[in-house]
Amino acid sequence: MNRIELRLRSGKQLIPFLMAGDPNLEVTLDLIQMLQEEEVAAIEIGVPFSDPTADGPAIQLAAERSLRKKTYLKDVLLLGKQAQARGLDVPLILFSYSNPLYQYGFQELIHDAHQSGFEGIIVPDLPYEESLALRALAESYGIAVIPLVAPTSGARMEKIVEGASGFIYCVSSVGTTGVRTTFNPEVELFLNEVRRVSPVPIAVGFGISQVEHVRYFHQHADSVIVGSAFVQQIEAVSHLLTQLETRSEGISMLRQFVRTLKSK
Amino acid sequence: MMKNDHFTRTRFGDFGGQFVAETAMYALEELEAGYLEAIANPAFVEELGHYLHTYSGRPTPLTYAKRLSEQIGGAQIYLKREDLNHTGAHKINNALGQALLAKRMGKKKLIAETGAGQHGVATATAASLLGLECTVYMGEEDMARQQLNVFRMELLGAKVEAVSSGTKTLKDATNEALRQWVAKVEDTFYLIGSAVGPHPYPTMVKYFQRVISDEAREQILTQTGRLPQDVIACVGGGSNAIGMFAAFLTDEEVRLHGVEAAGSGLSTEKHAASLSKGTPGILHGMKSYILQDQNGLVSPAHSISAGLDYPGVGPEHAFLKETGRVGYHAITDDEAMSALVELCQTEGILPALESAHAIAYAIQVAQKRSPEEVLVVCLSGRGDKDVETIRRVMGGGSI
Repeated sequence: MNRIELRLRSGKQLIPFLMAGDPNLEVTLDLIQMLQEEEVAAIEIGVPFSDPTADGPAIQLAAERSLRKKTYLKDVLLLGKQAQARGLDVPLILFSYSNPLYQYGFQELIHDAHQSGFEGIIVPDLPYEESLALRALAESYGIAVIPLVAPTSGARMEKIVEGASGFIYCVSSVGTTGVRTTFNPEVELFLNEVRRVSPVPIAVGFGISQVEHVRYFHQHADSVIVGSAFVQQIEAVSHLLTQLETRSEGISMLRQFVRTLKSK
Repeated sequence: MMKNDHFTRTRFGDFGGQFVAETAMYALEELEAGYLEAIANPAFVEELGHYLHTYSGRPTPLTYAKRLSEQIGGAQIYLKREDLNHTGAHKINNALGQALLAKRMGKKKLIAETGAGQHGVATATAASLLGLECTVYMGEEDMARQQLNVFRMELLGAKVEAVSSGTKTLKDATNEALRQWVAKVEDTFYLIGSAVGPHPYPTMVKYFQRVISDEAREQILTQTGRLPQDVIACVGGGSNAIGMFAAFLTDEEVRLHGVEAAGSGLSTEKHAASLSKGTPGILHGMKSYILQDQNGLVSPAHSISAGLDYPGVGPEHAFLKETGRVGYHAITDDEAMSALVELCQTEGILPALESAHAIAYAIQVAQKRSPEEVLVVCLSGRGDKDVETIRRVMGGGSI
């Protein structure tokens, strides 16, 4: 069984998203360490892309900031190696749009991602029908290709979850990633349905920014994914993170944010 | 690559597909079903034909460019006059088709992306005609460069939303329209302006644009008694070109030529020639040729012609390039400008800068052919919108 799945099954309830290289790769590595200490289930590591069509403004801007620092897929893979070298073992999930992966070559990518310690991969613009080749390759290395399901997936849901590994990424509402204040109450029915058909744990993402959201979704899912809200918190303290003498101050503020989200 | 039913249905060879978020799959499935139902329905086909005829002025003429042909001294050049459509370009063929489909599917709102504003104007026009709400996404850079078209869209009752992400141009406006569509699909229809995007858009846009070559093929047969040796069209996303090629694809003796924008030259970084200089990649929901760096990041395109200024191309063109059925070439800004002036002064026709690329290449081809031979060029739009740009490029003074 994939280790991400094991950790979700053992009750770890938070999956934060980091945009690699925002504000810089060194800080990203320190943040991975902090998140491991806070015992998150896994960490999504975003590869910045020029045309992030599934993302809202917060992650778009984070990608633009990271691209200005020339963070590319190869650097993100190297980051995984550096995390290993530092003795970190929290499961990492590579999050990338399909074109950078396609240019790298799927075969080589899966090989290198495995070498770099990535245990899952999320490709937001690779729906089930387009993902079969990547899935087959990833499975042979024990990497979970995490599928997304949406409230609009309908009849597609069963084929998407069949044979899934890791977990199912449930999109809380239609649209792009980004902070929301409220959710459609029908999301509960959707999550219950995914849970019923899924062979693996389920996690909810898109719009989750407050502890109230986390508590609410934990009633209906195994874990929550916090992306845009975390990225915004990082941006808010990036002036602290980029200076060596104030970095630990910035990191403890982010640690506090994570602890607040996890508070029962 | 695994070839399942989905693969076969959504591809041109290896190109095309549906590289979109899971949240968009429902919207695409609904669109595909609506589109297939509509085109199989004679009432829809008749209604579209009615608007094309009584509103847009179709069929557009096929004009023999006699003085231009004689001056070159080669093949006889015929111009398919898409510039004589309502709103001044072929864009209206597709905008009317998709807007009628939107209405049939019960959608109340249209959204569209636009670069220079031509597709935005066509969409705003169709929305006004059919009583639909319209929002057009446009990059901030483009809005600053095309203030008149922004005003024109607003005059037609559309809302123009500025897009400030990425390069603030057409590709980013397309990203934003895709995002907005997915969030609002219940009452909103995304009217893509070119033969690009995820399946079924490339196929659907071709369907609505093939009227160009259905007419042109019949007209050239009537006027000259034979098929042309060559058919030529400019390629940005590739909608006028795919419309111009469609009826000739099975006429094996007809040579087809697509003309991309070489900008400052193919040896520079300032061009928009995705087929000539790009590589296969994934952008805007499709696998096609795109301009990109080795890390898979999309590079900005450059052309004097805003309508060709796009770092991708429709997936069927990628397929037609690989099979060799269509030859793709590129024309620089300067060559397009010269051809534009030549057409103005020999025929009294001011072509759009986009179409001037096709004219420039047609002149090169005509020179190599004998006066008995015939070629047809798609004059995709008129150049009134470009007068300011042309004047600026010429130094603001006289010819």
